[in-house]
Amino acid sequence: MVRVAVGVKRVIDYAVKIRVKPDGSGVVKDSVKHSMNPFCEIAVEEAVRLKEKKIAKEIVAFTIGPKQCSETLRTALAMGCDRGVHVNVPQLDALTPLQISKMSAKIAETEAADLLIMGKLAIDGDYGQTAAMTAAILDWPQATNLYSLQHNGDNATVEREIDGGLETNEIKTPAVLSVDLRINQPRYATLPNIMKAKKKKVKALKPADLGVDVAPTLTVVKIAEPPTREAGEIVEDVDALIGKLKDAGRI
Amino acid sequence: MLRSVRKGAKYQRALSASSPIFPGSGLNEDQLVWQDAAQKWGAAELGPFSAEWDAKCHYPIDVIKSSAEQGFLGLYTSEDVGGMGLSRLETSIVVEALSEHCVPTTAMMTIHNMVSWMIDVNGTPEQREEYCPRLTSGEIIGSYCLTEPGSGSDASALATTCVRDGDDYVLNGSKCFISGAGVHDLYAVMVRTDPATKGPKGISCVLIPKDTPGLSFGADETKMGWKSHPTKVLIMENCRVPVSNLLGVEGKGFNIAMSGLNGGRVNIASCSLGGAQKAMLAAKEHLGVRKAFGKTLDSQQYLQYKMAELATQLVTSRLMVRHAAAAIDQKDPAAASLCAMAKLHATDNCSEVANGCLQMFGGYGYLKDYPCEQIVRDLRVHSILEGANEVMRLIISRQLLSE
Repeated sequence: MVRVAVGVKRVIDYAVKIRVKPDGSGVVKDSVKHSMNPFCEIAVEEAVRLKEKKIAKEIVAFTIGPKQCSETLRTALAMGCDRGVHVNVPQLDALTPLQISKMSAKIAETEAADLLIMGKLAIDGDYGQTAAMTAAILDWPQATNLYSLQHNGDNATVEREIDGGLETNEIKTPAVLSVDLRINQPRYATLPNIMKAKKKKVKALKPADLGVDVAPTLTVVKIAEPPTREAGEIVEDVDALIGKLKDAGRI
Repeated sequence: MLRSVRKGAKYQRALSASSPIFPGSGLNEDQLVWQDAAQKWGAAELGPFSAEWDAKCHYPIDVIKSSAEQGFLGLYTSEDVGGMGLSRLETSIVVEALSEHCVPTTAMMTIHNMVSWMIDVNGTPEQREEYCPRLTSGEIIGSYCLTEPGSGSDASALATTCVRDGDDYVLNGSKCFISGAGVHDLYAVMVRTDPATKGPKGISCVLIPKDTPGLSFGADETKMGWKSHPTKVLIMENCRVPVSNLLGVEGKGFNIAMSGLNGGRVNIASCSLGGAQKAMLAAKEHLGVRKAFGKTLDSQQYLQYKMAELATQLVTSRLMVRHAAAAIDQKDPAAASLCAMAKLHATDNCSEVANGCLQMFGGYGYLKDYPCEQIVRDLRVHSILEGANEVMRLIISRQLLSE
């Protein structure tokens, strides 16, 4: 049986209307609802299913971020993870995927994970890089954007959606996997499981414990709302359309 | 989150904590977690279907039973019999969150919760073992039967007879306006065991399983709201149950019924809060979209001020309900009158809020395509049942003026 590590990220809830701060330095986060990244929920669900199929013997959920991330970890525990790891970083925004990947790789090692499962991307940064980078750092095979996962304890058969249909691959363990939207429907964190999750152990770490420097390497110059949508124009025919597109320098 | 979007739930913007009607205001971390869990489940499992259930008078008993997994069928029932053992305040928070997505289904779940608690607290060890785990797991669903055709507000004048015959009780009489009747498995029925004693002290509480010979049900009532669950007359004709089905002791039935109702009143009031919250969110959105006189409705001062008034009605209701819930938890000696106050205030005010929000939609508010008319219809009965609001005034004034 394998040991699974699942990365979960605390992000602004998908249903929140995002507002840019007046000074353009970022988005408004105070008093705004935060939740587990939807793709991380899907990753946790996939991990819990492996445990229910008795392919995984233990699931460790880990999160990187400020103290409020303990809520995110608690949700993962309530969904069925066995224990948690919280790497405390006061400013999550200032971290790059590379720094996250280095920490994730270290956690996968120290927790002796055979599988590292993550969401394909986080809905705030939208980078979609962490899973692949972590695999590279670990020098493990990777299978990303998964539509299905079948694991027999040693190897996995995975599918991902491509334009023409589904692509099937085989991958050996240990491996890094990232999940896409349709792989599963995450379960609810039920009240009874939320209660039980309170008793599960969470290890508190600092980036230094993982040997990773979290000094910012990326500066955000400006954040702005997309330009307001302008009125469109109806054109007579296809030639007129092509003409307009050429005039606007689009083709 | 994605769950509810993928199931086709209406995509609703999350309120920020700066909103005056933010339901998480003043709650601690744990309470916010319960609220969030209830919100998520309600948004996915109740919200998308509430209108359809109402239109078709379809009773989603399967959904109610599935909520047992979430812990929603034994919220304040003891943990040793499968309940969550939550406080009344936590229960109120969960109920409010669920009712935002479907008022009648949530209300029915709270009635079941009340019955489960009544047996938990008043039952013998055998009765607790026999019934509570099955109630909290959703294997059986409970109904509460107090009102009779001849006695509503004058509840202690109830006339259903309950005569001892060997090791059995024989019951004769009828109950009316029973939610879940005919479908539910267990009926907690208030009966008169001492015909010589009029009033509360002659009343006992007896548990009657559904298939008991002599127990039958009337036709389904056609109602203004709460249309998704059946409401029927319950008829007892020489209905025979073992004396071991007596809950508590003879003569204590009225106390049991009333103590259940304190919590029941907080529950119903909490359901009003959820319905009103949904109406406010819908109205708020509409005001930002609908234009008249060259601008969106939310630029009109009258409507701005009216929304402020409705919001204040909603939030004062919420505060009163949570205060009453906390009073039960703290065994506050004023708890009964505080629960009556909460029920009186929240049910009436939230109905006004729902009605005011309906008005914001203009003609559209009158259509079933928009949520307000169902909320208005569903909330209307909250001012009537679990103790009519007139009786709430009786309870409050009696305590107020007695000292």
